[in-house]
Amino acid sequence: MSGSNDGGSNVYHHEGGNMPPHDHHDTEILTEENVRSYWHANLRLLGLLLAVWFIVSFGFGILFADPLNSIQFFGFKLGFWWAQQGSIYVFIGLIAYYVFAMKRIDRRYGVDDD
Amino acid sequence: METQTLIYIFVGASFALYVGIAIWSRAGSTSEFYVAGGGVHPVANGMATAADWMSAASFISMAGIIAFAGYDGSVYLMGWTGGYVLLALLLAPYLRKFGQFTVPDFIGERYYSSTARIVGVICLIFISFTYVAGQMRGVGIVFSRFLEVEIELGVILGMAVVFVYAVLGGMKGITYTQVAQYCVLIFAYLVPAIFISILVTSNPIPQLGLGSTVADGSGMSVLAKLDATLVDLGFTAYTEGSKAVIDVFAITFALMVGTAGLPHVIVRFFTVPKVSDARISALWALIFIALLYTTAPAVAAFARINFIDTVNNTSYQEAPAWLKNWEQIGLIGWMDKNGDGVIQYGAGAPYEGKPAYTGETGANGERVLSNTPTGSNNEIYVDRDIFVLANPEIAQLPGWVIALVAAGGLAAALSTAAGLLLVVSTSISHDLMKKTLMPKITDKQELRYARIAAAVAIGVAGYLGINPPGFVAQVVAFAFGLAAASLFPAILMGIFMRGMNREGAIAGMVTGLAFTFAYIVFFKFVSPELNSSEHWFLGISPEGIGTVGMVLNFLVAFAVRLATSAPPDEVQDMVEDIRVPTGAGVAHTH
Repeated sequence: MSGSNDGGSNVYHHEGGNMPPHDHHDTEILTEENVRSYWHANLRLLGLLLAVWFIVSFGFGILFADPLNSIQFFGFKLGFWWAQQGSIYVFIGLIAYYVFAMKRIDRRYGVDDD
Repeated sequence: METQTLIYIFVGASFALYVGIAIWSRAGSTSEFYVAGGGVHPVANGMATAADWMSAASFISMAGIIAFAGYDGSVYLMGWTGGYVLLALLLAPYLRKFGQFTVPDFIGERYYSSTARIVGVICLIFISFTYVAGQMRGVGIVFSRFLEVEIELGVILGMAVVFVYAVLGGMKGITYTQVAQYCVLIFAYLVPAIFISILVTSNPIPQLGLGSTVADGSGMSVLAKLDATLVDLGFTAYTEGSKAVIDVFAITFALMVGTAGLPHVIVRFFTVPKVSDARISALWALIFIALLYTTAPAVAAFARINFIDTVNNTSYQEAPAWLKNWEQIGLIGWMDKNGDGVIQYGAGAPYEGKPAYTGETGANGERVLSNTPTGSNNEIYVDRDIFVLANPEIAQLPGWVIALVAAGGLAAALSTAAGLLLVVSTSISHDLMKKTLMPKITDKQELRYARIAAAVAIGVAGYLGINPPGFVAQVVAFAFGLAAASLFPAILMGIFMRGMNREGAIAGMVTGLAFTFAYIVFFKFVSPELNSSEHWFLGISPEGIGTVGMVLNFLVAFAVRLATSAPPDEVQDMVEDIRVPTGAGVAHTH
């Protein structure tokens, strides 16, 4: 457990366990406030990405598939394309962006693991 | 060279490769057996996850189902890929930080309760065995059609191979075998798809071919031609759905959430070194999966066009050899209802039930059926599972492509079977033995129990493969529905709601599980005659009911939480800890 309670404010010590030696944040101490704002930044990112996830699959591919099908898109009806092709490409894009953005957030709050 | 010889060479070589890898990567400790020592490279883990995930259902059945269902088949495409977004964003990084061996491990520790752990083990075993039975059927089909051996012998051969690398190598052996199996299966899927795309549309990229014009001079696009042909034959248009929107919504949601809650997929993320590696690994997994999943709808459309072109209005005596081969093993059945010797294909079942052969040969050389004919003009029954396997023959591709597809189908089935058997054996040796019944056993003894459990699980799976229960196909909905309604909410709340307690989580899991189980059993087994949309709850089919089960799980958990006390401080500290990526060590026994 990396949380220790010293009279009101939790202090999270960075545990390096069996990780290779690394210098850039061995001296850092994660404060409770830092961890909290890290978590809120994470939740904001999740909310945004899951909204896109929902819109392309359940929105374009299912709920609005019928109206979108009246639009032609490279030989496909657009609603059908979202359901059988487009949503999958967007899913990849979402995870790729998540990997990139989380790394940036990890570093900003000093909680990254490299 | 003869196609048959090529098949033996391809399948034999791939099996030798898997066994070779297993011997090279034997597991020496529980950590290696359970999570490959936690040192798998994220790209390799992504590939292994893709092979783990893509089963006989993805490789053999999915394109066939889409070929018949058209737009309605989209639920599988979106459901089985969209789940990775949930897995990558909501579960994988945090479970990696938690750093244990199994899914029940997380539930047991997070909810400080061996009851919760046992509920987790029960869900896991039920989900995994349901799944394994399906894989073994796939192995049986491939063996009986391509290797011309009895299904029994085929299943035993497949089990022997899995036995060698799962029991010897554990997670470590399975991981590197799955990397090889992914390469075999994706190559085997893409090569015929590219050939057929060129044949049908002149475009070598199937994903683009699906939107191109058909190369028959008609100037129509693939999908427009399919729509027109199918409507002519009395079907609904390929690009239009026939299911209610709410049901499509619920099924897709249940498949997505179920995917994210499947234990054999989740444990793959325990094998990478760091939290950020778990995220990267999920990205690679989806890229490798999407390669097959975006090709499948193209294969489906091309296969349906080819099938109608070659079969409809063809006299049986002039019909191609593949049709008769599949008829021989009982997956095609033709009844010459109007006595003209010509195969007519159309909407509706040709006769009641699956083909029941009398053993006699009819006037045109077909196997005579004893089924009661229906009033429809359709004369031919085709099992959906044959499409991917028959595609190279239908498109008259060279023998080595057929051999490759046989090896690919086996790779898909065996890789998933091995992953499932491993989570079953680890949950027994680790969660049941070590953590519940016999806490004093040493690492060595635990490893021995894991190997014994794996061997027993393989035996049970082999038995299910040789004597498939008649309800295999019907219980597939179980695996996803139960994972969605039980494991997924418990894990999600465990990470995102620091205040969720033991009472809430257990009550939620039990409610979700019981509701989903009862609903599926009622409509599939107790009263199958009521299994139609007017009797369903909110018009949601048993396939999609896991979505409702999940909502119930959350509601009950919140309600019970309000009436009970907060989890202990050290558990709340643990939740704080798994939310932060720093300092994720390799899981170790304690």
